[in-house]
Amino acid sequence: MISIDWYLALSAILFCIGIVGVLIRKNAIVIFMCVELMLNAVNLSLVSFSSHYGNVDGQILVFFSLAIAAAEAVVGLAIIIAIFRNNFSVDITQINLLRW
Amino acid sequence: MNYLFDLNAFLPGVIAGVAGLIALLIDSYKNDHDGIYGLTVVSLIAALGLSIIDMFGPVGEAWSGMITYGGVSAFGNTVVLLGALFCVLISREYLKAIEHEFGEVYAMVLIATSGMLALASANNLIMIFVGLETMSICLYVLAGLIKEHKIGAEAALKYFLLGAFSTGFLLYGMALLYGATGSLSIPEIAQNASSNLLFIAGAGLLLVGFFFKVSAVPFHMWTPDVYQGTPTTLTAYMATASKSATFVALILIVSKMLPAETAEWSEVLEVIAIITMILGNIIALVQDNIKRMLAYSSIAHAGYLLVGLAAGTPEGYSAVLFYLLAYTIMNVGAFGIVAYYERQQGLDFTDVNNYAGLGFKRPIMGVMLSIFLFSLAGIPPLVGFFGKYLVFAAAINADMIALAVIGVLASAASVYYYLRPMVYMYFREPHKDVPFVQAGITFKGTLIVLTILTIYFGVAFGGLHDLLASYYSGDWVTHLTGN
Repeated sequence: MISIDWYLALSAILFCIGIVGVLIRKNAIVIFMCVELMLNAVNLSLVSFSSHYGNVDGQILVFFSLAIAAAEAVVGLAIIIAIFRNNFSVDITQINLLRW
Repeated sequence: MNYLFDLNAFLPGVIAGVAGLIALLIDSYKNDHDGIYGLTVVSLIAALGLSIIDMFGPVGEAWSGMITYGGVSAFGNTVVLLGALFCVLISREYLKAIEHEFGEVYAMVLIATSGMLALASANNLIMIFVGLETMSICLYVLAGLIKEHKIGAEAALKYFLLGAFSTGFLLYGMALLYGATGSLSIPEIAQNASSNLLFIAGAGLLLVGFFFKVSAVPFHMWTPDVYQGTPTTLTAYMATASKSATFVALILIVSKMLPAETAEWSEVLEVIAIITMILGNIIALVQDNIKRMLAYSSIAHAGYLLVGLAAGTPEGYSAVLFYLLAYTIMNVGAFGIVAYYERQQGLDFTDVNNYAGLGFKRPIMGVMLSIFLFSLAGIPPLVGFFGKYLVFAAAINADMIALAVIGVLASAASVYYYLRPMVYMYFREPHKDVPFVQAGITFKGTLIVLTILTIYFGVAFGGLHDLLASYYSGDWVTHLTGN
């Protein structure tokens, strides 16, 4: 049987890939995908802790987090469409009216 | 299981949530803005009445330990509902004037309010996550209300991307805390708390998520952009109700879940409070846009609130609660008057230079704006002064003299930018004569009520202060000495 450490390490690596993606990518949709990657990495941690302790609380939180990620995707994609209608681009380096 | 008892314990949140769903339903079948507005106001008043009654009632847990009721939670609910009610009352006229009045706005405000109430009553990390996200997702929608303009869409995108990013940290923090203690319930986490790496990393990530939401430096970058791009009355809602709910949850977490022996949490809060107060006030000094100025002022106020949290004493927590009420009242008022000026055609009234001569042209509005700004600056006898006094006194009694001194100095610097609009209003000649539209009776009435509350709680704070202090007497003391 694979020990819990491997699952946690995989989850931490995926989370870090997500953070790096958010920080270096320029396309709003790719950034959003990286955020989803972070959330799903956390879900992996929660499920593995839950099976480790034999307690379902963690899996319940995963259900809520999946539902919330779906709601967030709805709102987020709508906002990205609104940005595209205004700028004809979703490149975040061109979205710079507001600063300081 | 006694469902009626559970329902009763979370009745304000249930009322707000159900009313929000009904408002969405009405909006999709017939476009009846009057009906939706009436429903919103009535349900918020009902929820507010219930939570004010709860403030004096018993304290306990409901829904199998998912939420707490009474005491701190009831006071947090009251502040959130006050902010929501006043913002809805001033929103209607403003949104009509800028031609963005939709039924969904009220529905989103109601659903976000129910999320905030869940957040302020949370006793379990699942509840904190769900409440925080219900609130945030509705606020992303409200931030993008003026989606045809580039600024509105940009504000929404920035808020959304940074908010979702911070959610990732918050959730990872929860996962690590669950891994360290094997539970998601706040009291059980406190019992199993230890100073191992997993627990400290989890609590740290959870705090990072919260610092994003309360716009503490260095996680404040989204605040001015979002506040500028959002319709002004909804900015007031974002700045007051959401910050109050998040701070009440932060108090619950810091006071119940993070025992002092696991790490120096108070020092972490102290450092964040110091940089937040200094940076927020310094950048606010150079802002010409009044909404951005108020945004940096709200960052600085988050710093003052963190001073009370860093003190980590019952006195500090009750001072933070009082400050939240003060902050809500005076900030909704200030944003309300800015909204009144902003809807006038002819000049861009978000630029402080165009405030020249307004004080004599619209005397009542000018006086009220001056009162709110004086109160934000912390000048007696207004409510902002007493809030600041309580927070800094708590820091001094907790032996954090340096923190209090920096806070007082930062607050003294803030007087400069709060007085600046007043100097323009009363001591400069207007550049251009523009016609002014009269404010409606509800709008004016709400602002007058807010002014009276600002003065009333500044003079007669005693009863409320005693009530807040009483939440932390009794079993709180045994809890502290037991540790």
